[in-house]
Amino acid sequence: MHKRVFLNAVALAIASLSSTAVLADGNSFKIGLILPMTGQQASTGRQIEAAARLYMAQNGDTVAGKKIELIVKDDTTVPDMTKRLAQELVVNDKVNVLAGFGITPSALATAPIATQSKTPQVVMAAATSSITEASPYIVRTSFTLPQASVSLADWAPKNGIKKVVTLVSDYGPGIDAEKFFKERLIFNGGQVVESLRVPLRGPDFAPFLQKVRDLKPDALFVFVPSGAGAAVMKQFLERGMDKAGIKLIGTGDITDDDQLNDMGDGALGVVTSHHYSTYHPSAVNKKFVEAFQKANKGMRPNFMAVGGYDGMRVIYEALKVTKGNGGGDALLAAMKGQIFESPRGPMFIDAQTRDVVQNIYLRKVERKDGQLYNVEFDVIKDVKDPGKAR
Amino acid sequence: MLTLLFDGIAYGMLLFILAVGLAVTMGLMNFINLAHGAFAMAGGYITVLLMQRAGVPFLACLPLAFLGSALLGAVLERTLYRPLYNKPHLDQVLFSIGLTFMAVAATDYFIGSSQQIIQLPEWLKGRTELGEGAWMLGMGHYRLFIIAVCAALTVALQYVLTKTRFGSRLRASVDDQRVAAGLGINVNIVFLATFAVGSGLAGLGGALGAEVLGLDPTFPLKFMIYFLIVVAVGGTSSITGPLLAALLLGVADVAGKYYIPKLGGFIVYSLMIAILIWRPQGLFVRQGGKS
Repeated sequence: MHKRVFLNAVALAIASLSSTAVLADGNSFKIGLILPMTGQQASTGRQIEAAARLYMAQNGDTVAGKKIELIVKDDTTVPDMTKRLAQELVVNDKVNVLAGFGITPSALATAPIATQSKTPQVVMAAATSSITEASPYIVRTSFTLPQASVSLADWAPKNGIKKVVTLVSDYGPGIDAEKFFKERLIFNGGQVVESLRVPLRGPDFAPFLQKVRDLKPDALFVFVPSGAGAAVMKQFLERGMDKAGIKLIGTGDITDDDQLNDMGDGALGVVTSHHYSTYHPSAVNKKFVEAFQKANKGMRPNFMAVGGYDGMRVIYEALKVTKGNGGGDALLAAMKGQIFESPRGPMFIDAQTRDVVQNIYLRKVERKDGQLYNVEFDVIKDVKDPGKAR
Repeated sequence: MLTLLFDGIAYGMLLFILAVGLAVTMGLMNFINLAHGAFAMAGGYITVLLMQRAGVPFLACLPLAFLGSALLGAVLERTLYRPLYNKPHLDQVLFSIGLTFMAVAATDYFIGSSQQIIQLPEWLKGRTELGEGAWMLGMGHYRLFIIAVCAALTVALQYVLTKTRFGSRLRASVDDQRVAAGLGINVNIVFLATFAVGSGLAGLGGALGAEVLGLDPTFPLKFMIYFLIVVAVGGTSSITGPLLAALLLGVADVAGKYYIPKLGGFIVYSLMIAILIWRPQGLFVRQGGKS
């Protein structure tokens, strides 16, 4: 008898608990943030998480009557893991938006899940052009490599750089960078003497750089993933290539703001093209950098952080527009076509491609206030991803 | 041409210092220690942290990296490794790979997983060039420094192993532990010292290599394969075997990446397969020893 009463009580308790859980569900809006917090690309994860949390701290965690819940998962830079985590987040946690994605293979692995579950997937880092074509639910707030490399290929021939050797990491974004840089440079009357691809996991660049040196180009164009730039830079200098008259140019990944200070004076004068510099002279950016450094023990926000920050903004705004009602499709519709002022400058989510349209800046490494910064000296306005143009 | 050869030799020397400790523990003590790379990483991080946080000059860091990893090796040998000497090889492999994963995770947790950057002193940053044209020899001072240090170490090791009393004790202990112990050799101490020195050398290699190979928490896993190739190709019974194997691999790797960049890192593996088909025991085998 007692036992039965007890059981009933337990059953009641469970029932009431689960009903409150359901209530909470109805009132919360979950963002599943999948990032590489460990492994090769861990700095990417750190930056994006910090930026996402900063955005929430600045803008409150309640939007349109919904409480925003951020669930951070570590995919250890392994795409299979990303896919599994995305599945869990969609099925068990019932997240409303998937976000993050440090590397291209991770974003691509998740794309089918986004499509099937009609969950918007906000890509905050991965930069291969074709990602947004993998699912109609993908929206990107970072950048694409063709955007950055084409702008550099426009600048180079006008500044006495005609003969170039390219050196890229052998995976999606590297091949994008190589292809679009080469095409545009040749179109502009330049010449690519040799295209070298280095393995993603082989950090000794010595033989490749020696080959570049023997080819004697005007400049070496480099793309390596965020975090590996410092090694290239050091070996470039050690080999005395700057003294042999070879310039180092590349997308902003090689002079990553997060690491730039540790690279030393050798980095001075390196010209890169990118969408964001910590030194970007705008009020919005100054505020962003200050708040970010205050919240993270002086860590400098890099282009990954700004991708995460803007990604959160896109999600917040979409939620405001849909007033908290409506599923994935309504959110997605509200994400398309957003125009706003980001710390990087003006940006806009193209409604057709769901990709970011933004200014690409040409920058030179200079010493300002005792620290190394990418200082912008030219801008190409509203660059659309050239990978989508055809 | 010559520059390539030079870079290859420097790379090979570095591999040798990193792997020689493994050759000693595996060949002489008959223990498979896959956690060898973790000691190399320890040496690398000791250097990086001392330089970044305590401002110790680079040259002073090198002996400290050696001592630190040797001490770590000695402590672990006493506490963890010794009970495993008589266990089957599978147990040893499982144990040491587990230790490697723990080292990777611990480093990640405490120090963070980003690439560490070392600022070399000015006099090591330069470059000297001799001759011209196809026969130009360009030598980075740091690589020259690596070659010098490693060459000196090799000579010293070879001397200790073949000419000193300790060397003959070690060889005796390895060939037959029971007889050696019966003759009054303290086998435990000999093994302890050998293990510690092997770990210390790995630590020194990690410290020297941080600049060239990069240093992050996955270092032990990334380079484990290279160590094993050096040991497998060179044979585990002497110092000269791994040395020649490491030099061969270093030169082949650098030359392969230069002349056939499309194949990239694959050259090393093809070379290993070819050599092992030709000589399954490795390039050099000691006659008369227990295999």
